[in-house]
Amino acid sequence: MTGSAPILEMKDISKTFPGVKALTNVSLTVYPGEIHALMGENGAGKSTLMKILSGAYQADPGGEIRISGQHVTIDGPLAARHHGISIIYQELSLAPNLTVAENMLLGREHKSGPMVDRRSMEKASQAILERLGVHFRATTKVSELSMAERQLVEIARALIADSRILVMDEPTTSLSSRETEALFKLIRQLRAEGLAIIYISHRMAEIYELAERVSVLRDGSYVGTLVGDEISAERLVQMMVGRDLSSFYKKEHDAHQSRGSVMFAVRNMGDGVRVHDCSFELHEGEVLGIAGLVGAGRTELARLIYGADLRKSGEVFLLGKRLSIQKPEDAIDAGVVYLTEDRKHLGLFLDLTVRENVNVSVLGRDARMGGVLNMKAAKRRAAEAIRALGIRVAADVVPVGSLSGGNQQKVLLSRLLETKPKVLILDEPTRGVDIGAKSEIYRLIDSLARNGVGVIVISSELPEVVGICDRVLVMREGRLEGEVGGAGHPPVTQENIITIATGVREAAE
Amino acid sequence: MTSPNETSAGMQTTGAKGVDSASQSLQRRLAWRSTLQAIGMLPVLIILGVVFELMSGRFLSFQNLSIVMQQASINTVLAAGMTFVILTGGIDLSVGSILAASAMVAILASLIPEWGMLGIPAALLMGLGLGLVNGVLIAFAKLPPFIVTLGSLTAVRGLARLIGDDTTKFNPQLPFAFIGNGTLFGLPWLVWIAFAVVILSWFILRRTVLGVHIYAVGGNPDAARLTGIKVWAVLLFVYAFSGLAAGLGGVMSAARLFAANGLQLGQSYELDAIAAVILGGTSFVGGIGSIWGTLIGALIIAILSNGLILVGVSDIWQFIIKGLVIIGAVALDRYRLKGSART
Repeated sequence: MTGSAPILEMKDISKTFPGVKALTNVSLTVYPGEIHALMGENGAGKSTLMKILSGAYQADPGGEIRISGQHVTIDGPLAARHHGISIIYQELSLAPNLTVAENMLLGREHKSGPMVDRRSMEKASQAILERLGVHFRATTKVSELSMAERQLVEIARALIADSRILVMDEPTTSLSSRETEALFKLIRQLRAEGLAIIYISHRMAEIYELAERVSVLRDGSYVGTLVGDEISAERLVQMMVGRDLSSFYKKEHDAHQSRGSVMFAVRNMGDGVRVHDCSFELHEGEVLGIAGLVGAGRTELARLIYGADLRKSGEVFLLGKRLSIQKPEDAIDAGVVYLTEDRKHLGLFLDLTVRENVNVSVLGRDARMGGVLNMKAAKRRAAEAIRALGIRVAADVVPVGSLSGGNQQKVLLSRLLETKPKVLILDEPTRGVDIGAKSEIYRLIDSLARNGVGVIVISSELPEVVGICDRVLVMREGRLEGEVGGAGHPPVTQENIITIATGVREAAE
Repeated sequence: MTSPNETSAGMQTTGAKGVDSASQSLQRRLAWRSTLQAIGMLPVLIILGVVFELMSGRFLSFQNLSIVMQQASINTVLAAGMTFVILTGGIDLSVGSILAASAMVAILASLIPEWGMLGIPAALLMGLGLGLVNGVLIAFAKLPPFIVTLGSLTAVRGLARLIGDDTTKFNPQLPFAFIGNGTLFGLPWLVWIAFAVVILSWFILRRTVLGVHIYAVGGNPDAARLTGIKVWAVLLFVYAFSGLAAGLGGVMSAARLFAANGLQLGQSYELDAIAAVILGGTSFVGGIGSIWGTLIGALIIAILSNGLILVGVSDIWQFIIKGLVIIGAVALDRYRLKGSART
């Protein structure tokens, strides 16, 4: 395999989004008949790179993509398919109401005259399914298949399109260990048939088992590639993390000296699907991080605590008293508030004004008799929030949708603060926020902690977690897998967190 | 929370000099958009009035304008209720049928000797009750509003016929006939009632907590729930309010006609009400709109009917022209929403 010419060369690929450089001069070379793993932290640029390969995004001018030595332009999904590239996404993209054969040949239906030739489609699909050695038939409806089987349909779809490059993005996320084993067998078979497989995963164990080569991205840049024996967990973690802590994280409150008593406790929280048996405690004036990879169940845990989703088990205690939280209103009334990670869709009312967005949670508390708005109080609160958080806005009557990401986030934060919370759960508080607003948000978190508020920060940015948190819980596959920073635990470092989050220890055994 | 000098510096930046050209153009765009939304269809209303005056020479008399407003009054009341519903992103197709059932109840109750005025509260209760049924099915059973109210459009129509034994009920001595035919300070009672409903609607939407919650639920239902807004209560209210408005429409209609007919009364009134709301610039997906727009929308529809008759356009062409005006208005709605953050 190593002797042959590369099937795919991506050279100097850059991608700029408004305000953000997602990729900077990334290069990737893949050979036929190899399994090439692509690793990196959340937001390192793996998905962006693969979206450029599949035609979902256009790279900035200056880079080059070669397939089998030929320069190609991939300006859309059709072009990608034409060049033999198939991507199997985390969220499967099948139509459940159609049959396996219809899904496999979606957009390329066989025809006899103007009519769809079902028999020919089924025959061609069945041949591929038999080559894969699967148990369902081409005429089965996709809705009747399990997640693992649907994944196989995706692979079959790539094969029937004569793909030579197959990209798999976290394919084992929703599979059991037996299904994973079967999938690996199949992937090796495809490698033997000469396909190039780009395999994206966070799981060290899978990388060890499958990959001949591993390329690592970090902050949108290419860090390096490890081959064969060079692949080790330590090297990979170092390559994925390896950056300096910048000084702009603010931590003036000292949790270890001034930390108050336990104020908030969660016991056996679980939804039976994505969160299992999570218990932890939060101290007065503490900033507690919850780290973990995307899909580890951090947001789901927060939503369960907040009453946004249905629990299967679990209790919440505030200041020793058991809270009955059935829905978000109950949590807010008790003084537990949650900042969503998705402020546009789940947080803000983009058409309403800044004033209304700041006040919407406390309108009832301020209202005069009969629910009549207290316009003066609303105006005052908005003015105070704009001053206190430094929200850059011309007037408080502009729609919040017209503000920049950082200012939108501050509006949302001030809405939460208006309710005078005792416990603040912040889910990705600096996502999509510019660097200036970021440091202001860190300062705000710090000052809240100093005033005795318990703050829980969920974040995928490890430097941020390490920089602002006193203690960090690490989630993996729906469980609180470990803790760093507390008494009797390893110190808060990126290496320690990522070691627990990826399950390296498990793999090393 | 943050240090005072830092934040005040930030404020000065926006206030004094730091507004760069990009944010200036953004502000201009915002201003343009909000102006468009505020004026809405008023120019269309005025142009239509001028054109009909020029073509007929009789349009802009006090007497004719009073007739136009009277013709617009029932639709205005229904459209006010519809505005609440559409602001939450829903729809109420049942208002015409509820109007018929309520009018029938009003006439039957008015026939009770000595207690004829009971017709008014009876009709209002009928409308409120039917609206609540819609609301419960939508807020608690979580059924789609279109389907629920499509069902009640049919079922309540049947109910109206059932109550009236499928005949036309009369009451020549209607005790509240003044509502339909009397005037107060020179304007018909119907117009006063419609105006009162508009004012009440404005107050609820713009001056109460409930009003902000209605806009919030329509603009982003998921965020509303996470913010602790009782989404079910908001939905229950808007459908109950729409039902109540239809009940009031039933009183107005019965008072005007001295009669009610379960089969014909209020047929396709829901379409005129929806058209008025949409003409008024309220977004069909919810969250954006105003009651003043709805008032203008209802007046445009009434002016079109009145003016086209004055000018002598045939009945058939009236339908065609009214339909095209509605489509044109929705096209304008799309144009207005373009460039805003919502999709």
